[in-house]
Amino acid sequence: MNTVTQTGRQETAAPAIELRGISKAFGPVQANKDISIRVMPGTIHGIIGENGAGKSTLMSILYGFYKADAGEIFINGNLTPIPDSQTAIRAGIGMVFQHFKLVQNFTVLENVILGAEDGALLRPSLSKARGTLKRLAEEYELNVDPDALIEDLSVGHQQRVEILKALYREADILILDEPTGVLTPAEADHLFRILENLKREGKTIILITHKLREIMHITDTVSVMRRGEMTATVKTAETSPEKLAELMVGRKVLLRVDKKPAAPGANVLEVENLRVVDEDGVERLKGISLNVRAGEILGIAGVAGNGQSQLLEVLGGVAHGTGSIRIKGQEIDLTGKHSDAQSRRARGIAHVPEDRQREGLIMDFTAWENSVFGYHHDPAYQKNKFLMDNAAIQNETEGKMERFDVRPPDPNLPAKSFSGGNQQKIVLAREIERNPDLLLIGQPTRGVDIGAIEFIHQQIIELRDAGKAILLVSVELEEILSMSDRIAVMFDGKIMGERLPQETDEKELGLLMAGVNGEVA
Amino acid sequence: MDFATVLQVFDSTVRLATPLLLACLAGLYSERAGIFDIGLEGKMLAAAFFSGAVAAVTGSVWLGLLAGIAASMALSGIHGLASITFRGNQLISGVAINFLAAGLTVVIAQDWFQQGGRTPSLVGGARFSPIELPFAEAVKDVPIIGQTYYQLISGHTALVYIAFAMVPLTWWLLFRTRFGLRLRAVGENPAAVDTAGVSVIGIRYAAVAICGLLCGIAGAYLATALQAGFVKDMTAGRGYIALAALIFAKWRPWYALSSTLLFGFLQAIALRYQNIDLGGFVVPVQFMDALPYILTVVILAGFVGKAIPPRAGGEPYAKER
Amino acid sequence: MERMPKWADVVLIPLISLLIAFILSGLVIIAIGEDPVAAVQMMVKGAVGSTYGWGYTLYYATNFMFTGLAVAVAFHASMFNIGGEGQATLGGLGVAVVCLALPWPHWAIALPVAVLGSALFGALWAAIPAYLQAKRGSHIVITTIMFNFIGASLLNYLLVNVMRPVGSMDPATAKFSEGTHLPTLHDILAVFGIPFSKAAPANISFIIAVLACFGVWLLIWRTRLGYELRAYGKSEPGAVYAGISPVKIIMVSMLISGGLAGMMAVNNVMGEAERLVMNSVEGAGFIGIAVALMGRSHPFGVFLAAILFGFLYQGGAELALWTSIPRELIVVIQALVILFTGALDNMVRVPLEKLFLTLRKEDV
Repeated sequence: MNTVTQTGRQETAAPAIELRGISKAFGPVQANKDISIRVMPGTIHGIIGENGAGKSTLMSILYGFYKADAGEIFINGNLTPIPDSQTAIRAGIGMVFQHFKLVQNFTVLENVILGAEDGALLRPSLSKARGTLKRLAEEYELNVDPDALIEDLSVGHQQRVEILKALYREADILILDEPTGVLTPAEADHLFRILENLKREGKTIILITHKLREIMHITDTVSVMRRGEMTATVKTAETSPEKLAELMVGRKVLLRVDKKPAAPGANVLEVENLRVVDEDGVERLKGISLNVRAGEILGIAGVAGNGQSQLLEVLGGVAHGTGSIRIKGQEIDLTGKHSDAQSRRARGIAHVPEDRQREGLIMDFTAWENSVFGYHHDPAYQKNKFLMDNAAIQNETEGKMERFDVRPPDPNLPAKSFSGGNQQKIVLAREIERNPDLLLIGQPTRGVDIGAIEFIHQQIIELRDAGKAILLVSVELEEILSMSDRIAVMFDGKIMGERLPQETDEKELGLLMAGVNGEVA
Repeated sequence: MDFATVLQVFDSTVRLATPLLLACLAGLYSERAGIFDIGLEGKMLAAAFFSGAVAAVTGSVWLGLLAGIAASMALSGIHGLASITFRGNQLISGVAINFLAAGLTVVIAQDWFQQGGRTPSLVGGARFSPIELPFAEAVKDVPIIGQTYYQLISGHTALVYIAFAMVPLTWWLLFRTRFGLRLRAVGENPAAVDTAGVSVIGIRYAAVAICGLLCGIAGAYLATALQAGFVKDMTAGRGYIALAALIFAKWRPWYALSSTLLFGFLQAIALRYQNIDLGGFVVPVQFMDALPYILTVVILAGFVGKAIPPRAGGEPYAKER
Repeated sequence: MERMPKWADVVLIPLISLLIAFILSGLVIIAIGEDPVAAVQMMVKGAVGSTYGWGYTLYYATNFMFTGLAVAVAFHASMFNIGGEGQATLGGLGVAVVCLALPWPHWAIALPVAVLGSALFGALWAAIPAYLQAKRGSHIVITTIMFNFIGASLLNYLLVNVMRPVGSMDPATAKFSEGTHLPTLHDILAVFGIPFSKAAPANISFIIAVLACFGVWLLIWRTRLGYELRAYGKSEPGAVYAGISPVKIIMVSMLISGGLAGMMAVNNVMGEAERLVMNSVEGAGFIGIAVALMGRSHPFGVFLAAILFGFLYQGGAELALWTSIPRELIVVIQALVILFTGALDNMVRVPLEKLFLTLRKEDV
């Protein structure tokens, strides 16, 4: 067992939750490896780790949503197998999922009683719930209009409904999965007050997050997860953000990229006052201004969900926005006929999207079909007016696959049969070999094996050295620090500030990413 | 048009609306639970045949009704298997069920009765007979009220009254009971039901079973009440009209009553008058036939309010990874 | 890593599904007291045992190729077009309008115009549902079903009130003129000295259908449009990322689909009936769904599946003629094919995938 238990003091009470040797695999992916953890009653326990570290999987197992391959669960000292959510609820566990499990066109009351009704008729359940909700609201600052429809509530209020659901089922143990990811700072503060209240009433709380600030702010103990393993459990008071960050990221052999100092030239991309409102009417970009010069990598740091995706989408022609974007001084159409991705490519913008499996590749298409995706109108790929020149594309793909070391180098295999790293290389080869003026690249190494990371970074640097402008979005701070020539930090749809990598560190960037800074750009 | 004619048209409306209403409510249960069902037509047809056949053989319309319901529920079982258990395409499954019914009813009818795909005509106890409500005879000469009571309200078969009683019952079941709450939730967000510790599969199967039950009654009504026996393809698109009525009703029970009455009325008019003369402009009967479908398209296009189907409709439920 | 080899996906699964469907159909035949082996023998003899049988088999197959291709093209764009029936009905109207409009001097001149007319009318009938799907999100399945009924009523009206020749009681158009009569396979094969039944309705449309299969294959697998259509069908976010307009793909795929369904009318209206009658499509639009599902939406698969259904149709007609097995048995088989190759695909696929996985593990 590789758990480092640093809780020195002997506890007299049984732990509210104890997991022993939990393992879970999804196909070839080992999401949880032999995880053990003890959470004392009446405490707030944080679980921190990067995206994909296995935190949510672990909690879904505890809630009976997934079945563990191995391991045991103890609730209040008793061995309690949890085959389904029903059992978890009966054992006093409540869970607030990252994506809420609410019925949008039901009222708050209806959502609260769903699955926990008393008897076959609704009326008694509803009036009972109304009373309970009123009491809970007073006790924990959980005010929500019981008759409001969920779809009319703000995200913060919807979250309160989720908490109320758990409390209505008399949960003693509450698990919250990335609860602040979707909240404004004020809403998050309110949530923390609620959690403090719950703790005071003796409830046990597990808080899953990747935000160090929250862990330091509210938890009593914290466990760190990395790549499916639990790397440490410590008392929050006895640790520091720096130590946690180190445990979280590990001594990742992120090979420092050999790169010369940048020799930036003229502006390639100039963005002014860019705004994006999404389908739900939420403003996701709140007036972004930035520029990227030739021969330069601008890294965009930030916690996921602070507008980076929208920035890439608007620049890439996938979403609409307002404001002004200039490429080499030429204004770009943002809403009209030429605002689509085709037109952007024609203007020399290449785009490696954040989610290669959803957007960057058609998973059922072969490698060669994918190697021209988005550029399939190029005359070089046409045999005549009507037909595409598949043979030429296949030929070219073979070359690309060789140059980008895609394995196996077979253009006829479907994209889905390549590993994450090789899929990314297919996308990268397609976008880089177009020799674009500007490369947009999101999460270049997410889900990519270590070997491929180095290669991918090398390719990006080479493109920079060829005098191209690169806009790099990544939630991996280390990647941002090692790759960028300049760093802009995004928070809540705005740029919080710009730094030079040699003049800043993870701590300062972390603060900016958390929205802690006076000088809002 | 005199009052007697009006009453006759309304009376015919009620009779023609009944199978539509039953099928529409059947679809309502299924689709509210997130299972699209374009196989209403097939289930009705199967029920029509088996009810007609069993009633003809046994002479008991009630046994016929049971047989019809059983046949319809068997097809529902196939639909459930395909769309819930095997997470197949619900639309394709519905199409298959419609053809299965269209083919099997004729093949079996030919084998059993050798009358070119029909059952023998039903007589006596093999058919549902009209029920005379209390005092109907006594008040039939009272102008307006008495006539209406006698002509329009009294004198229908049991299934008609059952169909109309199903409307408040459905409303009550959906909006006042635990089962209804869960059923609606499963059609909107099955994950919410699943995380609340309730079986999504169980509720969906229950909904599909109720759908089969009601389609069974609808089909039995066609063969043993509206007409005297089964004839090939006797549903004649009623399953699709019911589907249209369901959209028109925005998946609500009381609206379903009004929309099926409207479509029933259109059928009654089309049946009674071949071409309708509106002051020199003649509305062809074919237009009246097509009107339910045209109306549905207009609704779907969102020109008259927006019909928002249950959010999880058509999607097989699988726990997300 | 692929779960199972491609050939298993493309060939084995449809064959197993088909086998299950046939076994169940055999049980139905047994249940009604007939001998399934004798029935199959009779079907084979009736459908492919003579040039007369072949002539009918290919005539039906021609219809199913068009409607099967129609469904397949839409499937590639992840659209489910159940409106083939209505589109083929309107295609018939298009053919009738063309054939009756002019005193055509020779079929060779009338044919291209009729093909165009049928495709245009078929596409037109698909255009409204397509537009409503693309612009207003109205579900294409429901709207195309509705348009089948509306199409039937429209044609009914036109035949009864407008196109019926004066004095005729029959709701049908007048006979088309001599100059529109298409050469049958008998005529065509006679040129090469091959004898073929004169009575069978198979005609030059069969060749057009085969060309259409080839054309659709080119379109789907060789053109930019086909590339975009398939990309959209697999992933809408991917398509948008690549600058492919969803509205354009929905419209174009449905127009092509409707056009193909409409072209069926060249075979049944112009080639066989030589006038437009009520309900001329006779369910061929729906059989297209079974054909496309069985053929895995590949034109070659559609070609084979259409021949198979042509065989079933003609064989079924023979059965109905000589035994007590009614023609509707074919509808049952069609339903079972749709059920097993379409809706219950996972029932065959999942165990098969597991089997291949264990086999592979044993190899290692």
